[in-house]
Amino acid sequence: MTQAVLHPILGLELAYWQETIIRVLLGLVALLLLTGGVVYLYLFKFVSFMQSRLGPMEAGPYGSMQLLAEVGKWLQKEDIFTEDSDKFIFGIAPAVVLASTFLMFVVIPAGPNAVVADLGTGIYFVLAMSSLSVIGILMAGWASANKYALMGALRAGGQLIAYELPLILAVVGVVISAGSLNLQDIVAAQSDGAIFGWTGIGNPYILTQIVGFTIFLIAVQAELTQTPFDMPIAESELVAGYQVEYTGIRFLVYFIAEFATAVAFAAVASTLFLGGWQLPGAWGISDGAMNAIGPIMISIKAVLLVGVVFWVRFSLPRFREDQLQKLAWKVLIPLALANIVVTGVMKVVF
Amino acid sequence: MNSAAALLAQVVPSYTPETTFDVPANVVFAVQAVFMIFAAIRVVTTKNVVHAALWLVVVLGGVGLNYVLLQAEFVAVTQFLVYLGAVIVLFLFGVMLTRAPLGVSDDLDNNQKKIGIGVGVALLAVLSYALIESFGRSELTFEAYEGVAGANTNGRTQAVSDAIFGQYLIPFEMLSLLLLAALIGAIVLARRD
Repeated sequence: MTQAVLHPILGLELAYWQETIIRVLLGLVALLLLTGGVVYLYLFKFVSFMQSRLGPMEAGPYGSMQLLAEVGKWLQKEDIFTEDSDKFIFGIAPAVVLASTFLMFVVIPAGPNAVVADLGTGIYFVLAMSSLSVIGILMAGWASANKYALMGALRAGGQLIAYELPLILAVVGVVISAGSLNLQDIVAAQSDGAIFGWTGIGNPYILTQIVGFTIFLIAVQAELTQTPFDMPIAESELVAGYQVEYTGIRFLVYFIAEFATAVAFAAVASTLFLGGWQLPGAWGISDGAMNAIGPIMISIKAVLLVGVVFWVRFSLPRFREDQLQKLAWKVLIPLALANIVVTGVMKVVF
Repeated sequence: MNSAAALLAQVVPSYTPETTFDVPANVVFAVQAVFMIFAAIRVVTTKNVVHAALWLVVVLGGVGLNYVLLQAEFVAVTQFLVYLGAVIVLFLFGVMLTRAPLGVSDDLDNNQKKIGIGVGVALLAVLSYALIESFGRSELTFEAYEGVAGANTNGRTQAVSDAIFGQYLIPFEMLSLLLLAALIGAIVLARRD
């Protein structure tokens, strides 16, 4: 079926499938660039300065090429399958995790038209896709034929299910305020909003949904299995959890997926709570220009939020398993439910 | 596409050229149906309990894809979130926590195979009859996807929420009560004291 041309990009008239390929490729490039940038900025440099050391300095200026060297190192390593492992499941588990991460990026908007697919289910789609990574982790843990890996996978399963609930419930407050699941509509609702009649910076939901924002960031920290919630890969207890038997490119895939998911959740959080790709007051800039400025805006916001994730990661010690479950079920979920009730009442009253 | 539409106009009397016959959607359906049937057979024939659960992932994912093809986007995402993200994960979690050996187990079969096949065939017959009788003549329209600049699918999600919180509010609330009762029942059964 021939599709009507949706939008001319750079004056080119493109068919639907050509446009989709361009969108997907641009999305992938943006994702990998951001992930690489975040790894260098925070994992290599930020943590080094926090620990009073220089970090990588040899590869490129200030060690900026270190990441490429690391990738080269992982690609060279032998791809080892242990004797007893379930080879097929073991092999595709990292791909499942990576696919779940990539699918999250499909609906995150970076401009009026700079989005792979503008789905009506928006944020709901993101949360559904992020929940698929648990299957990959359980597959990896089971197929490794290693009790530490299985323990790590089971911990990951329990943890990710427990923290998916506050994650979803924290988002509901924003959805009620914006009146839509569509991420573009949520961005528009924030930039069109007003703080007591003052429209200078719109109404980013971090102001009205600060409780939801806090719960969301804590739940994201747990979903990413970053310290203080890193029980699934706790190196002092489980060696490396479900990743213990992985080497070479498959380990690299886990590594990329972990940080790409961090970028994805940060981009989602900045879309939901910080106004997304929109400038604080919109400033009357045309849609065409916003398609160029928007990606920069959301990248800045997302990278700053990833910084918060890493700041917490390198500052706090690990929780105990029971503390982790208590925090989710007894603190975050009731708080998120209360937030929904209050938001609903406020929505009706005002 | 035109020949396909002409053929369909001959076969189905109620078919009018204005409604669109979507070739890509039908091709995707054929491919995923083959995958789903193969995976469903593997769920019951595989000799490893974790493999069975993972084949079930393919089946349930195929159902989700089916909803996408039927333009029920919200239902599709719910299918992914609930069945793949939660139900399957709990299956895998439970199986791995109790007994999940690698390799082949021979004690996964029981003697109810024949009854199972009978029930399956009977269910297939009843469902096929009911669905063909009620929906055999209806067609999806694909018009919303054509010619709309910056088309998004907000309308479909809004239609679902309007139906749930309007026409079907009472059944929806009754379902939540039922689920709550099941939840409390599970807690009562699982408590030690």
